[in-house]
Amino acid sequence: MTSVMETRPKTTRAGTRSIHRLARGDRPVEPVIFEKSVPGQRAVDLPPLDVPRADLPPELIGAPVELPEVGQHDVMTHYTHLSQRNFSVDGNFYPLGSCTMKHNPRINEWAAALDGFAQLHPLQDDEQIQGALRLLYETRCFLQEIAGLDEVSLQPAAGAHGEYTGLKVIRAYFKDIGQPQRHIVLVPDSAHGTNPASCTMCACHAVTVKTAHGYTDLDDLRRLVNEHGANTIAAFMITNPNTAGLFDAKICEAADIMHDAGALLYLDGANMNAILGKTRPGEFGADVMHFNTHKTFSTPHGCGGPGAGPIAVGEKLAPYLPAPQVMMAEDGSFYFDRDRPKSIGKVRSFTSQFGVLVRCWAYIAACGPDGLRNVAEKAVLSANYLAARLCNVYEMPYFDPKKGRFCAHEFVTVPNRLLRKGVSLNDIAKRMIDYDIHPPTMHWPLRDCLMVEPTDTESKRTLDHFVDVMLQIAQEIERDPKSLAEAPTDAPIRRADEVAAARNPVLVWEG
Amino acid sequence: MDYTQITPHEQSAMLEAIGAESIEQLFNAIPQQIRFNDTLDLPPAMSELQLKRELAEMAAHNHGPHDMVCFMGGGAYDHFCPVLIDQLAGRGEFLTAYTPYQAEASQGSLQAFFEFQTQVARLTGLDIANASLYEGATAVAEAVLMALQHCGKRRVLVASTLHPDYRAVLRTYLQDLPGDLVELPADGGRIAAQTVRRELDDEAACVVIQSPNVWGLIEDWDGCFGAAHERDGVCAIAVFNPIACALLRKPGECSADIAAGEGQPLGVPLSLGGPYLGLLAARNQFMRKIPGRLIGRTTDTEGRAAYCLTLQTREQHIRGAKATSNICTNQGLLALRATMFMTAMGKHGLREMAQQCYHKAHYLAQQITALDGYALKFDGPFFCEFCITCPKPVTQIIEAAKRRRILAGIAPHGRRMGRIGDENDLLIAVTEQRTKHEMDALVEVLEEFAT
Repeated sequence: MTSVMETRPKTTRAGTRSIHRLARGDRPVEPVIFEKSVPGQRAVDLPPLDVPRADLPPELIGAPVELPEVGQHDVMTHYTHLSQRNFSVDGNFYPLGSCTMKHNPRINEWAAALDGFAQLHPLQDDEQIQGALRLLYETRCFLQEIAGLDEVSLQPAAGAHGEYTGLKVIRAYFKDIGQPQRHIVLVPDSAHGTNPASCTMCACHAVTVKTAHGYTDLDDLRRLVNEHGANTIAAFMITNPNTAGLFDAKICEAADIMHDAGALLYLDGANMNAILGKTRPGEFGADVMHFNTHKTFSTPHGCGGPGAGPIAVGEKLAPYLPAPQVMMAEDGSFYFDRDRPKSIGKVRSFTSQFGVLVRCWAYIAACGPDGLRNVAEKAVLSANYLAARLCNVYEMPYFDPKKGRFCAHEFVTVPNRLLRKGVSLNDIAKRMIDYDIHPPTMHWPLRDCLMVEPTDTESKRTLDHFVDVMLQIAQEIERDPKSLAEAPTDAPIRRADEVAAARNPVLVWEG
Repeated sequence: MDYTQITPHEQSAMLEAIGAESIEQLFNAIPQQIRFNDTLDLPPAMSELQLKRELAEMAAHNHGPHDMVCFMGGGAYDHFCPVLIDQLAGRGEFLTAYTPYQAEASQGSLQAFFEFQTQVARLTGLDIANASLYEGATAVAEAVLMALQHCGKRRVLVASTLHPDYRAVLRTYLQDLPGDLVELPADGGRIAAQTVRRELDDEAACVVIQSPNVWGLIEDWDGCFGAAHERDGVCAIAVFNPIACALLRKPGECSADIAAGEGQPLGVPLSLGGPYLGLLAARNQFMRKIPGRLIGRTTDTEGRAAYCLTLQTREQHIRGAKATSNICTNQGLLALRATMFMTAMGKHGLREMAQQCYHKAHYLAQQITALDGYALKFDGPFFCEFCITCPKPVTQIIEAAKRRRILAGIAPHGRRMGRIGDENDLLIAVTEQRTKHEMDALVEVLEEFAT
């Protein structure tokens, strides 16, 4: 317990104020930028107009936009203050399950900001952007190799957009081979919410497959195939390692069930961090998959984006990928191939999340093949270490190392024993904020669960600190469960009233 | 270097705590027959120094607006961006945070997004805005899906003067869904209100008009949306350019119900087309149908102003197949950049930027059309982009300009622009960054081809 006390002052409300608290806990509300507006203030100026003014018909002119008027220093101060009211991977342990909040190497930021990458117009001729095209082509090849599949499209803007694109490719394939009636996509009950939502956007019907003890219930999968008729099934969409933090060893059988039905296996690659270089989706039967570069390949999450969601497909699906595709010509030059008659068409303007893919390339190149395998090993080691140290206090339905049941890169805990003391899961999560730790993913995939993903880049010292904090919170619950209802006491705000926010939505500043 | 930090010694201790003999044992759930026992066929690991050299080398093989004078537009524009944006948006507290699921640990990004929503709503003259979508084309597609859901009808009337990529994305999005795309033909490069009126019927769900349109022309939003609203329940969707909104009549002023657009001009680097920033604003009635993240202002238990994600029952993580969209990750960091950009430019700065674009574009158009054999392709009013009919095939002119380190513009007859123009057409965009000197240099190149 001592390490907690060393690192963080005791933060009871009546306790002595630490410097930290002065700096953060009791900071007054930061006014919105509109409240700081002073007529006539400007943060930057433009050079004087160096051409004559043209005629501007008054009927075209709109009313001024009421943007704030703020001097440069106040702009800096305002957004610096806001940044200080945020948890981040840079500043905090951020074990948000399923989101892979790993370290974001700064060489990647440096690279993406190079003029020769950041200042390219998307409609320039291929010959002017050979370096960029080479980077895209190599990223394509890297991801093909990591997936063990034949062709990658770099176009999708994020994971869910990758799902959408992958499902469109599946639809186009079945239409092309004369089986347009295949519109059912089987999705486990533990799937990411994006999976069924993506199905809807492709006019596919998502049908839920049961999971048992965290794994796909193959009997239910077979039953559903029979019930709906094999020739109506388009795909089974599975995350593996799955959202319970387990590698589903029956994945090959699931793939066989699909392939025997003439359907396809879609792999949601959200959890690729656990299997990099250890196995490949192509080896276990996936026909289509998407990557989340912002999870697996360290591109920063940026308060919610941008991401990139490249998809990889087997050979027979390649003709349907979105156009254009980046290619290497026989003379070693690179070009965009727009001549893809069977393509599903465009899923976005221009070509890709290029700036994100620069970072992705830099990460894969930095790691190399052995490094990527080590990433998976350290991610899995870290998760199992935390699980092992905490499982006596925080129950884990799927983790039992004595029986050889390990977790993958994340684990799920349903802390029923603590919850029975009279605290809610939310109390536990909010208390973690007082200890400078970002709460894990909550209530998903199980009710009342925390899903913890430490990632590959945390030090053992940080992991040990987390264990100490979690054990300390458990002790606090034993001692005075009601005290947790007050948490967080040491954050920029106390608990936000989310119910009021939804009941009476205020989405814009009306001041 | 793979950025992991656990030492071999620590690894042994951790395995012991777990009760496992080896790392391999932790992977025992992966059946042997699908283990990848080989080494991935990737280049060997690089040190940071090697990476720097390699990346700088690749970057040096690219030419573009950083070492040439850029008159290219077509949906992505070379605008000025204050240095402070890079400094602020590069702060690790923003860069390395995720979607603000935990309000108390994310007040900074939540408040910034609330400011963003407010700015976008004001910019478009509408009531509400979301906290961003991927980019312009998918934002338009999401706007159309929202309109279809809202009115339960299926005909989507889309201006043929909408950017070709946007029309292509709409085609993809509507292909398997109950929505029929109808393209409104243009007259003199613009859509006439009469054309909208003619195509409207009882099945019409929405009318989508971009202004300035793909030719840079300012469309008659008032007329077209007025015509649309002559029928009950038809949604008017304005596809807008955020810089133009600072000067010209805004979607909301022209009776649009929904506005969607590309936010790249607001401080987002050109970056070969992405990551960009999808903007979506709407009237209040769409509040529970709008896709993507929404931030609401509320209070904490002690009455302090506080912000949180709200109306989440619209979203995929709660509603699954019944969600308003599948979007999860959005473009948070770019939305932050846009917020800081709009704040830094401010009320007068952004309008001045738009004015300079307008005046400079008109100066250049005037200089070019004074040359023999050059004429504006269309008569209509334009903002910062215009199409010139040249005396020679434009590929020759573009090549000649390249030799003078000028990106002369875009050839609308090319595949990248969906072959919308003729081979002598040149689409030229002018931002506040272009100087008179640079514009005169382009005119000199064009003069060599004058008849």
